[in-house]
Amino acid sequence: MLLDIKNLKARTRESRKEILKGVDLKIDSGEIHVIMGPNGSGKSTLANVIMGNPKYEVTEGEILFERNSIMDLSTDKRAKLGIFLAFQNPLEIPGVKFSQFLVSSYRNLHGEDKTIFELNEEIEKLAHRVSFDENHLGRYINVGFSGGEKKKGEILQARFLKPKLVILDEIDSGLDVDSVKTVSSMIEEMAEEGIAFILITHYRRILNFVKPDVVHIYLDGRIVESGGIELADLIEEKGYSVVKRSETR
Amino acid sequence: MKDKLIIDDTKFGFIPRAKPVYKAEPGLTRKIIEEISYFKEEPDWMRELRLKSLQIYNEIHEPRFGVDVSNLDMSRIVAYIKPGALKATSWEDVPGEIKEVFEKLGIPEAERKALSGVGAQYDSEIVYRNIQRKMEKLGVIFLDMESAVRKYPDLVRRYFMKLVPPTDHKYAALHGAIWSGGTFLYVPANVKIPMPLQAYFLMSSPGMGQFEHTIIVAEEGSEVTFIEGCSAPRYNILNLHAGMVEIYVERGAKVKYMTIQNWSKNTYNLNTKRALVEEGGFMSWISGSFGSGKTMLYPATILKGKGASSESISITYAGEKQHLDTGSKMIHLAPHTNSVIQARSISMKGGWTFYRGLLKIGKNAEKSKATVSCTALMLDNESKSDTLPIMEIHNGEVDVGHEARVGRISEEQIFYLMTRGLSESEARSFIVKGFIEPVVKELPLEYAVELYKFIEMEIESSIG
Repeated sequence: MLLDIKNLKARTRESRKEILKGVDLKIDSGEIHVIMGPNGSGKSTLANVIMGNPKYEVTEGEILFERNSIMDLSTDKRAKLGIFLAFQNPLEIPGVKFSQFLVSSYRNLHGEDKTIFELNEEIEKLAHRVSFDENHLGRYINVGFSGGEKKKGEILQARFLKPKLVILDEIDSGLDVDSVKTVSSMIEEMAEEGIAFILITHYRRILNFVKPDVVHIYLDGRIVESGGIELADLIEEKGYSVVKRSETR
Repeated sequence: MKDKLIIDDTKFGFIPRAKPVYKAEPGLTRKIIEEISYFKEEPDWMRELRLKSLQIYNEIHEPRFGVDVSNLDMSRIVAYIKPGALKATSWEDVPGEIKEVFEKLGIPEAERKALSGVGAQYDSEIVYRNIQRKMEKLGVIFLDMESAVRKYPDLVRRYFMKLVPPTDHKYAALHGAIWSGGTFLYVPANVKIPMPLQAYFLMSSPGMGQFEHTIIVAEEGSEVTFIEGCSAPRYNILNLHAGMVEIYVERGAKVKYMTIQNWSKNTYNLNTKRALVEEGGFMSWISGSFGSGKTMLYPATILKGKGASSESISITYAGEKQHLDTGSKMIHLAPHTNSVIQARSISMKGGWTFYRGLLKIGKNAEKSKATVSCTALMLDNESKSDTLPIMEIHNGEVDVGHEARVGRISEEQIFYLMTRGLSESEARSFIVKGFIEPVVKELPLEYAVELYKFIEMEIESSIG
């Protein structure tokens, strides 16, 4: 088991509002899990709590990564174990060049196993692959990037930094159809190499291109139902109320 | 080098028969000032200037803005400046935290002593002599101020406190009364000095540079870069630094003045810097203020001649218990004059930065152009930052751009960087370095490297 989340409850540190209300989730290497849910249901919070965002505190439950608890680890340590989060809204860091940031991150995660030259070559190749504008590599992190360019930058990092688990938070929003296709083929390719995925979305669109192993329906801080792609189809057709009703039954 | 502290009286510019002084009188008196002047073998005009300054000092009020100076201990300063009062604090008296930083920065032993005011900068003397020889060949006068006053009294008199008179403010008056040390640099017409000159070369005796007076005269068409200070912390035996810099940029000349100030945190740094630029001349101020407990510093340029221009680039950092009140002043008095102000302030661990700047465009300064950009970054919730960029525009035919921003480092930015494997302190220093990047790229490489090292150290210590 790569990731094992047991009855996870968490709240915001500031307002003490409970957002995760008992999440259970098990993921094996190479699996693609989709988490679907309406806006404001706390999907992004789940991603943030897995990654250890200090804005939230866990009140109950456990997160195991490769069978060890990661609850006491800071965000950078979790990244070093191989967890990667692609942000829904990637942040801007003025004054720091994107390519320089990628190299520093790689060095932090994997040490000195490659020369700067090799790393830069790899970055350029990946940029080309996801049709990320190469000029942006020399720009400051996400500053002046379009919404789509920011998302491509995230997937570029996910590939380049070689994690074991990738959480993609609304990666498809802001991307045109061609880019969704490119990103999807990259996800499939990485999954075949054994990298696991959590795909957080509230659109079905990306599922036209990515074949998930499990689809989870996430409502009000919990996974309420899990199944195959047919679950996504059902939601697309009838809305989340279908699941809500089945839940109360 | 052997670790021995040599105190050589002759180096202070005092004659050797000066008797040690055992107890301090309560305040600054005419007698003390006269003594100083006598021991320094000064001409009458200088003695008169000192005495007049003293009188002004006693008469005028404290500045009505800026930092709180109520804890400034004058009696200690009086004891220190009396002739014969040796500046011989011992290495043991230097606070441990400062020694630690020297250790971390890998500063050579002799330099550590000079920086902490307990030893002379031995190594630099050789360097200094070599430079002296080169300068003489070019016809440049590059002397410590005391020697300059004795050797070129009439020349020095033409410039000394003519740009900043003792009536300017209380600490200008104090400076006029008790100044000592500093640099006199006179660059003849069309001479372009190929390497930066450093004030450091002249720091030949311990404790020098607390009330230093620096004059740079760049004659028509000449060019010079002058560097004052360094990023390593300097321990102030006194608790006051009240220096003064006066720069005269003549027609078409270019002067670049760089300062990195890192006085120990017991220091009140009340410094005055001013430049006068004639037609087509260019003045550049590059300032880093990191040390001292309290600072008031507003480098000013007066653009007097047509087509004169100036830039002022500054980085101010205030950490624990620091209040740094800094800013640039640009005064446009002639047509077609240009100025650029770029200021970055950083505060953390409860520090307070205050940007107080002035852009003044006089009524005769048509077709002038000025841009002011002052932004501040606070790294935590205890720290403070203010910006007060004042603009007075008396001519309608000018082009003025202005940007002022104060922001706090966002926890989400830190989280974002940490998800990529950066530790918290790495993430913070990434953001801070990014913030000052537009300014740092104007600095010489070794300054930039030292500056980054300094920031990393401060941030690491704040996270612990």
